[in-house]
Amino acid sequence: MTDKTEFLNGNTACAEGAIAAGCRFFAGYPITPSTEVAERMASRLPKIGGTFIQMEDELASMAAIIGGAWAGARTMTATSGPGFSLMMENIGYAAMTETPCVVVNVQRGGPSTGQPTMAAQGDMMQARFGSHGDYSIIALAPSSVQEMFDLTVKAFNLADRFRTPVFLMTDETIGHMREKVILRSDVEITPRHELVEGELPFRPGVDGVPGFGTFGHGLGVHVTGLTHDERGYPATDSADLHEKVVRRMVRKIEDARNEIADVDIVNPDAEIVFISYGAPTRAVQQLLADYPGIYGHLNLRIVWPFPDAKLGEFGAAKAFVVPEMNLGQMAREVRMHTNVPIVTAAKLGGALHTVAELKHAADVAATATAPVTEVVL
Amino acid sequence: MTLEEWYRQDRLPHIYCAGCGNGTILNCTLRATNELGLDRNKTTFVSGIGCSSRASGYTSSDSLHTTHGRALPFATGVKMVKPDHDVIVFTGDGDLSAIGGNHFIHACRRNIDLTVVCMNNTIYGMTGGQGSPCTPYGAISTTTPYGMREMPFDLCAVAEAAGANYVARWTSYHVKELTLAIRAGIETPGLSFIEVMTQCPTSFGSKNKMRQVSQMVDVLRANSILKDKADRNKAAGIPLEPGKFIVGELVRRNNPVLGGRS
Repeated sequence: MTDKTEFLNGNTACAEGAIAAGCRFFAGYPITPSTEVAERMASRLPKIGGTFIQMEDELASMAAIIGGAWAGARTMTATSGPGFSLMMENIGYAAMTETPCVVVNVQRGGPSTGQPTMAAQGDMMQARFGSHGDYSIIALAPSSVQEMFDLTVKAFNLADRFRTPVFLMTDETIGHMREKVILRSDVEITPRHELVEGELPFRPGVDGVPGFGTFGHGLGVHVTGLTHDERGYPATDSADLHEKVVRRMVRKIEDARNEIADVDIVNPDAEIVFISYGAPTRAVQQLLADYPGIYGHLNLRIVWPFPDAKLGEFGAAKAFVVPEMNLGQMAREVRMHTNVPIVTAAKLGGALHTVAELKHAADVAATATAPVTEVVL
Repeated sequence: MTLEEWYRQDRLPHIYCAGCGNGTILNCTLRATNELGLDRNKTTFVSGIGCSSRASGYTSSDSLHTTHGRALPFATGVKMVKPDHDVIVFTGDGDLSAIGGNHFIHACRRNIDLTVVCMNNTIYGMTGGQGSPCTPYGAISTTTPYGMREMPFDLCAVAEAAGANYVARWTSYHVKELTLAIRAGIETPGLSFIEVMTQCPTSFGSKNKMRQVSQMVDVLRANSILKDKADRNKAAGIPLEPGKFIVGELVRRNNPVLGGRS
């Protein structure tokens, strides 16, 4: 097998990344601007021994990929904001049952049906906290078509490594723009740690994560969304057990945030530092090219768990500028981890940040003293 | 394999109320899988939420106890990935036809190769006795204190109209017939829907002047009309009396199947 170079849109590259990672079951429901992911999977999967199914809604799609995961497949669904909202119930189930699966959210303008064909990053907090109860997840944010391919592969590996739902939090811009992409043939695939006879399906193994009791292996695994003991049996009336289970599931991800972190750090000695993810990263990269050596940049390819230790790499920072296609969702997270002043450069409606707007935000940041300053672009 | 080995012995005794019919239905289902000689390692039970849903936890094979109303899409995922497995769904009237109604009609439309056993006790038992889409007209529940004012679903008619290959209805009284129906359902490719009318003395009976289990079972039996008799009556122009329901094998056909063994 050799690498193939193609000129694809991001959604198609995402589907190709999933296939390269070994995804063989996709269940989904059409929604703009994510639909090309499903369309590519519908075309490709039957030819390689996989299965595509168009479900009746997003609740069913999320349920089906969880069922497919327990049956032994690497599984994925793709949606956009309103569909993501519908998936929340079963996303919580995947977290509680520690089911590895991948959910792609090609974000569009919201709330509600909002702007179906325009880009946004308004679902970042929903990805982290959208379902009820305490839990943790992993989320990646590609900023190029190549990263749509590469980070989709990585999403599957992280899902299996940590036995958790993993989100690809992209947006309409990255999903629909076309770029050259190398479809790598030799992607690294982290094997799922299988449960073996004698282990318990919900007792953490040596790496802190329980072995996965794939159905059909003769292990007789019972899986429930109720609070359960290490055998997987419902145990809903013990405060101690519930606390132990929920804390373990959160810690297995939050404690590994440095292992999971995936960032680019540019000009770490700069005084004005941009923090970005997804489409705005491209504008920041253009600004840094136009004004070389002046600004720093922390590009987040992983947004959850938030790689807070990376902020410390910018020892000379006098202000962080966070350009987002929302009203400052990740800026709020940045604020939790630093006392350095923050400038939020929020932009809604689907239009990308321009270099001039980012320069203006940087100029405001140079004199910022308030903990958080909103610039009007 | 013995019948006992199909039970997850360390989960017993079960949590069902005294007199509940769900244990009978679980027993009939596992008797069917045992009699058919299914491979326990290639059999998956899936359930949603409610009294019925706890049944999956009492089986010794792989099992998924999922979210309210969503058992069928979860089961669809299992079946699509493992078409050589037998996937059996336990559900209840509220789980299947209220929150899960859309999944129900689409699973039947796809005619996906699942066996669905619906424990229809005409009430939300685990939540404490609220009305369901199958609560009889006029019946009392905690959310219909003046009597149900909505018509109930005929779940078998829905399954038939939506496209299921096998549809049968029995009651918790008809244990032999029910076991045979579940066997036939498992053996029939495509979606098999077996509705079991069952007693809930705790939540339904106590509010509707049927506190005794035997009273409830007697009512179920008395209201059952065998399909042959119902067909004869229909031919003679005699309509089905209100409150009565037809039991027996209602549909068996061979429409194209999704997710079956190739």
